[in-house]
Amino acid sequence: MTSETLAKTPLHALHIELGARMVPFAGYDMPVQYPLGVMKEHLHTREQAGLFDVSHMGQIVLRGANSAKALETLVPVDIIDLPVGMQRYAMFTDENGGILDDLMVANLGDDTLFLVVNAGCKHQDLAHLQQHIGDQCEIENLFEERALLALQGPKAVDVLARLAPEVAQMTFMQFAPVRLLGVDCYVSRSGYTGEDGFEISVPAEHTEMLARSLLAEPEVEAIGLGARDSLRLEAGLCLYGHDMSTSVTPIEASLLWAMSKPRRADGARAGGFPGAARIFAQQQEGVASKRVGLLPQERVPVREGAEIVDAEGTVIGTVSSGGFGPSLGAPVAMGYVQNSHIALDTELWAMVRGKRVAMKVAKTPFVPQRYYRG
Amino acid sequence: MSELRFTVEHEWLRQDADGLVTVGITAFAQEALGDVVFVQLPEVQSYAENDEVAVLESVKAASNIAMPLDGEVVEINAELESSPELVNEDPLGKGWFFRFRPANASAVAGLLDQAAYERLLNANADA
Repeated sequence: MTSETLAKTPLHALHIELGARMVPFAGYDMPVQYPLGVMKEHLHTREQAGLFDVSHMGQIVLRGANSAKALETLVPVDIIDLPVGMQRYAMFTDENGGILDDLMVANLGDDTLFLVVNAGCKHQDLAHLQQHIGDQCEIENLFEERALLALQGPKAVDVLARLAPEVAQMTFMQFAPVRLLGVDCYVSRSGYTGEDGFEISVPAEHTEMLARSLLAEPEVEAIGLGARDSLRLEAGLCLYGHDMSTSVTPIEASLLWAMSKPRRADGARAGGFPGAARIFAQQQEGVASKRVGLLPQERVPVREGAEIVDAEGTVIGTVSSGGFGPSLGAPVAMGYVQNSHIALDTELWAMVRGKRVAMKVAKTPFVPQRYYRG
Repeated sequence: MSELRFTVEHEWLRQDADGLVTVGITAFAQEALGDVVFVQLPEVQSYAENDEVAVLESVKAASNIAMPLDGEVVEINAELESSPELVNEDPLGKGWFFRFRPANASAVAGLLDQAAYERLLNANADA
């Protein structure tokens, strides 16, 4: 079986014990769902709390007086003024302004930055960092020594506060060292579901103990990658390799909001990241197509890769992610659409098995985000 | 109710007293698919064996349902359009997909019987 060549997270045996269905994902043998099933796992996370094993993602630490300045040469995001104890969304761009990966960056203080990158990109990201800023700061990958858990949902705070009351005081995108059951962890109040919740970086050898303790709480269920995908899609969050790639810029991916003001064309530290000239030109002149939210008007899910056509049947775009939104009780999608058709409520059609399915350009998130902002 | 027959694609068939054959997917198949959120049913018309006649969409993915034998679809389970979850909840009962008139009535008996289908499942589980 191919699974023997796949990497395993520290929770692999626990997933099997819980009855998960395992699938290959980004080189890891990962749980796509547990016996509860994708639909109930999704709904449970929105109603109570779900525990996700996201240990396949890459954790990287940058150290040194120049680490923030150095990282700014690779991302269109303000890292220098990122306050200690805060996390920020960023993306690595290439020379054409294309997106190499998206990531979270936290300031740990003491000239130390903590990065979380996508599983499928982590080795490439590490090489990218070493190649471009390896002489300006110390780069340490924690791929083997640290695991990552996400505890998401409206009850996540009640559950985690039983182990560490101080987490209840944290607000969205705050980041702190927290001791959980005697283990030194890093906790951020963030996630990938649109719900309030936390991500917990934990030493690999203590991951199973912490996961079992969290799962023992009555509000918590184990949640697989299937529901992780439907949750993030309803929340309007991009998935790397699907909704963004090196073939689109942050402007085309509708991620201008993530480009910090000081790094934009008229900012105090304008440019200085790969592809800045092209990205700024696009900002000025506009782009041919952009990522938008799409709501199919029928019950049939519209999947990634489906062509999008206008009333005349002319191809005007492609669906980049799509599926069924259990909380919405309807299909949801996003895709790249020609500029002429991106206004809200524009009617367009996806081709599904040779038939036209009506869709409307829609606002994202499709379900309200419920981050805790204090 | 007559004995069920099965295909290697995890469909079940039941030959009814009126000569029509009812088709659905097995408990194993619905379990493997996960939560069904949409069912595209066949047209009422003739199909050849292996024609793709229906599509099941789970939260994550779409799966095709093939026509098990040559024949004419005469009835579809329209209830699945509004309640696709019946495929998960009652795959051998209310989750049926369609009824068809086989071109060759004796062909149904040539499909897997219960014992053969269970051997297929066991062989897959051991693989």
